[in-house]
Amino acid sequence: MSSEMSTGTSRVKRGMAEMLKGGVIMDVVTPDQAKIAEDAGAVAVMALERVPADIRAEGGVSRMSDPDMIDGIIAAVSIPVMAKARIGHFAEAQILQSLGVDYIDESEVLTPADYSHHIDKWKFTVPFVCGATNLGEALRRLTEGAAMIRSKGEAGTGDVSNAVTHMRRIRDEVTRLASLPADELFVAAKELQAPYDLVAEVARTGSLPTVLFTAGGIATPADAAMMMQLGADGVFVGSGIFKSGNPAERAHAIVQATTHFDNPDVVAKVSRGLGEAMVGINVADIPVHHRLEDRGW
Amino acid sequence: MVTRTTIGVLALQGGVREHLVALDLCGVSAVPVKTVEQLDLIQGLILPGGESTTIIKLASQYELVEPIKERIRSGFPVFGSCAGMILLADHIEAGTADQETFGGLDAVVQRNAFGRQTESFETPLRLDNDMAPFPGVFIRAPLVMSVGSGVNVISTIEGGAYAGRVVGIEQENLMATAFHPELTPDLRVHHRFVKMVNESQW
Repeated sequence: MSSEMSTGTSRVKRGMAEMLKGGVIMDVVTPDQAKIAEDAGAVAVMALERVPADIRAEGGVSRMSDPDMIDGIIAAVSIPVMAKARIGHFAEAQILQSLGVDYIDESEVLTPADYSHHIDKWKFTVPFVCGATNLGEALRRLTEGAAMIRSKGEAGTGDVSNAVTHMRRIRDEVTRLASLPADELFVAAKELQAPYDLVAEVARTGSLPTVLFTAGGIATPADAAMMMQLGADGVFVGSGIFKSGNPAERAHAIVQATTHFDNPDVVAKVSRGLGEAMVGINVADIPVHHRLEDRGW
Repeated sequence: MVTRTTIGVLALQGGVREHLVALDLCGVSAVPVKTVEQLDLIQGLILPGGESTTIIKLASQYELVEPIKERIRSGFPVFGSCAGMILLADHIEAGTADQETFGGLDAVVQRNAFGRQTESFETPLRLDNDMAPFPGVFIRAPLVMSVGSGVNVISTIEGGAYAGRVVGIEQENLMATAFHPELTPDLRVHHRFVKMVNESQW
């Protein structure tokens, strides 16, 4: 072992995600919101210009946030700050790394910049989190260098059903893989469109090699508790907090429900008196071409 | 009857699972701890890495702060890694306004002392007088700025820009590391804590 300090290793990238486990990462658009999130017990904030609900309402091309706005949020809090880059937009990712964000979300919530290729994440010192609707997609993102996976949901809706579908699917596919005899893993890799070595590793360990968070449509403490019971390691909450009637209280409640997800008495207690939840949109009412789950390949 | 040593890992948030696995490999019984009642079932406690501000808030909401402080004062063995080191320090720098700790370690610890995540790193460490270096994993890690006279230094950085800086300390029933031994297969730090627990009165 040399006495050098090695930065950007897989161990520090994946390890960072391990330290976020059991926590809530909250979307914020201003330094004030970031402070509210930190005070409520968020483990990190996601700095962005518009929360998904507004992106949905306003339409247009959605891009990386203004560096001034990200700087403002970094200056406001002591907890980690994440930010989103468009799928495939490596130059946005380079900018975010130079700003000193702690994690980059290569996110389908923004308008994709490349309809064939995701970012080559191995080239970066900063770690990346990517969304996935199934195990194959998760393994392809890990192959490109992602250090953390989140199941995709339908962000900006307050409808948790897609997050549930994708979390269950990933979990079921991992379980299935772990039950296969070794000689069937070659075809499994072909079907999953993922490298054999990674497929064999998941089959052997019975889990993803990285942390798996959930995201998209989580709006209540009960939503968070449900996703944790379904096997999520932690929770991203986007529009659900700052589009609700009482953000500070709701943020606080979702943090507690995420920790005590297996204790219904606690989840019941923190669910009281939170005021209006975000209004919400049913996923079924969104035209198929406006749905986010199909972004990413 | 011989009862097996049971060590708890505070499971409010953070890298809990890795510590449970490491303790299991050390041959002791390991349990996650979320409530005051569970503190009565263990002979030692690990405060894991994670977000120190989140962990202390959750501990305070569920009335764990005073019982843990009380035990620390009475000689209960506690080991903290990374955020856990911050939570055990009597004094912290770069914390949030009025950030509370369990305290007990007579040391000044600076939060996020090496910078942001892009500055997180791995480097070999000196552990006591062992010839073999310990694989140090530092993630938005704290650093020990100064220690009181009752504190033993157990680990320092071997080389590079931070050569000689203190990253592991021990004081009576308390032990803390700025790095994450639980993210490596090297069990020396965990064995050391198990030994501390086995030699204590709890």
